[in-house]
Amino acid sequence: MHNFEYAAPASVADAVAALAKPDAKVLAGGQTLLPTMKQRLAAPTQLVDLRKVAGLAGISREGDAVVIGAMTRHADVAASPLVHDAIKGLGALAGLIGDPAVRHRGTLGGSLANNDPAADYPAAVLALGATIVTNKREIVADDYFKGLFETVLGEDEIITKVKFPIPEKSAYEKFRNPASRYAMVGVFVAKSKTGVRVAVTGAGSSGVFRQKEMEAALAANFAADAIKGVKIAAANMISDLHGDADYRAHLVGVVARRAVEASA
Amino acid sequence: MVQVSMTVNGKAVSAHVEPRTLLVQFIREHLRLTGTHVGCDTSQCGACVVHIDGKAVKSCTTLAASCEGAQITTIEGLAHGGKLHPMQQAFQDNHGLQCGYCTPGMIMTAVDMVNRKGHQLDEATIRHELEGNICRCTGYHNIVKSVAQGAREMGGAK
Repeated sequence: MHNFEYAAPASVADAVAALAKPDAKVLAGGQTLLPTMKQRLAAPTQLVDLRKVAGLAGISREGDAVVIGAMTRHADVAASPLVHDAIKGLGALAGLIGDPAVRHRGTLGGSLANNDPAADYPAAVLALGATIVTNKREIVADDYFKGLFETVLGEDEIITKVKFPIPEKSAYEKFRNPASRYAMVGVFVAKSKTGVRVAVTGAGSSGVFRQKEMEAALAANFAADAIKGVKIAAANMISDLHGDADYRAHLVGVVARRAVEASA
Repeated sequence: MVQVSMTVNGKAVSAHVEPRTLLVQFIREHLRLTGTHVGCDTSQCGACVVHIDGKAVKSCTTLAASCEGAQITTIEGLAHGGKLHPMQQAFQDNHGLQCGYCTPGMIMTAVDMVNRKGHQLDEATIRHELEGNICRCTGYHNIVKSVAQGAREMGGAK
């Protein structure tokens, strides 16, 4: 990878100041950014490592929400009894990201800021209607994702934590590419008092999306059979050597039904 | 250049390195601890697994600078006084290797697995947990047997 300058500030304010340099980038767990830099697909001139910033990691319950710090590692979310008891699908999802060593480094905030179309966390954030908290504002999930690797985050904006409302039931099911282990289709289903939300990752050519026909059908009858008739259009699906758009569209239905069956 | 100081296998080390220096480069090229291998260099194969503060990570996908102040354990840090660690001994007893290239990463992952999952590991658990370690010789059968034995013996069972 190309060389860069390295800063490890101790506060969010200092991190924002360090980001003022041209082509500066935030380093969280580095499990996507460092491989991308090795391939020279990214060449920041300055990395701002958040590891020393106090207060960015941790899991707590605040009223009807589970609040997870942006620098919380996937392994810590996966191992948290608090998360499993409150939002079963979220704990299970964290345990399915990458492999054990990747989960020891990768972070919630890093995954959301990167918004890889095959990443797992965006599905949970969108289906649970989570709120992303940054150093500047609070962003609801429906406004946050803007397409492949695109979000509404500004250049000097840092995610500090995410607030996940606790649903009645939730589950995440993932159909993995057998080689890369990334989601070819991942579906998160969340049922709460206000309705049902279904979010799909891995499949959409604009990244994570909600499947509203399924949401309506499941709101009327929360059962796998209720969404059997929902037609998934292939038009907006990713087509690549791992699977074409028709195949992914079919998988969305199959994986969504599995997620409904697994909801608890 | 950045100054990095950390503890590797119980010994304090310090060096002036380029910020882009990966932990695995620091370990192999600066410290000359060449037991940690680079296989794929894309965080998929696991040959580079070491422990940072007791947890398995891929040292090819971690900056040395990010490990300032950390406790690092590499494969060289497992044996004590000429006596192999129980997991190393189990790999020897079961011939849990063919060419040996993936072995350091397999063993570091296996020790981490025992730390998280305990001493009684069934085959399905071991195979699932080895997801991030690839043996190009496909020698998994004996690797799985080795991990199961090593796990038991780390708990004191013989």
